[in-house]
Amino acid sequence: MKTETTTKQTSERELVTTRTINGPARLVFEAWTKPELFQRWWAPKSMGMVIVSCEMDVRVGGGYRLEIRHPSAPAPMPFFGKYLEVTPNARLVWTNDESASGPITTVTFEEIAGKTRVVLHDLFPSKEAFEESRGAEAGLPEQFDQLDELLAT
Amino acid sequence: MVQFTNIHLDASFAALADVTRRGVLERLGRADASITDLAEKFDMTLTGMKKHVGVLEQAGLVITQKVGRVRTCKLGPRRLQEVTDWLEKYRQLWEARFDELDAVVEELKQKERKASR
Repeated sequence: MKTETTTKQTSERELVTTRTINGPARLVFEAWTKPELFQRWWAPKSMGMVIVSCEMDVRVGGGYRLEIRHPSAPAPMPFFGKYLEVTPNARLVWTNDESASGPITTVTFEEIAGKTRVVLHDLFPSKEAFEESRGAEAGLPEQFDQLDELLAT
Repeated sequence: MVQFTNIHLDASFAALADVTRRGVLERLGRADASITDLAEKFDMTLTGMKKHVGVLEQAGLVITQKVGRVRTCKLGPRRLQEVTDWLEKYRQLWEARFDELDAVVEELKQKERKASR
């Protein structure tokens, strides 16, 4: 049975997301680090995403590069960075270099009775970088306010 | 990869960037309407209105339902509040990912079980 996924903003530049996966940490780690498995879950079909390419060199200093297609984007969007820490079955840290405001992501796997507690931290370089990543919200077009008014009536 | 969330918001913004589509939302906010009604009200061809409704539908702002020969449109479940709630979008992306990850891990478990028999 699936468990709850929670996301909290824990500081002005950090997000923490948690979920318990129904399986041992070594399998979660395997699914996170083998490209053929990773591709099957990272770009959820339910979100309309399709991975068009995926390269991962999972070791400290190794890089990754993904291209993901979404109906609302005219061309596949690249995502890339490098791994800063790789601790088998326990912890991964990587950069998100496609944007200067991209966070450093740390994910930890903690096994409890055959299940794995996954804790994912996104630490942005600054408060401003975090706000920039949420840019679409910050830059709400004026028409949104107008629409809100219209719909409220 | 956080930037991903913004793709979904972009779809909503694109949907709202057009004056006709905003008009359609406003009208649907008052009452459900068929595509034919909407085409007439906005003085457009049926094909043109279908396109607009399609964009709104894809952004989750409108849902349509076909009853007999008439396709009725109404406001979608996605409230504007939700559209603008970046954190919730981000959480939903991770929820969708983790759901699929759960399925992949389940499959790996099954394989191991079979292999150890």
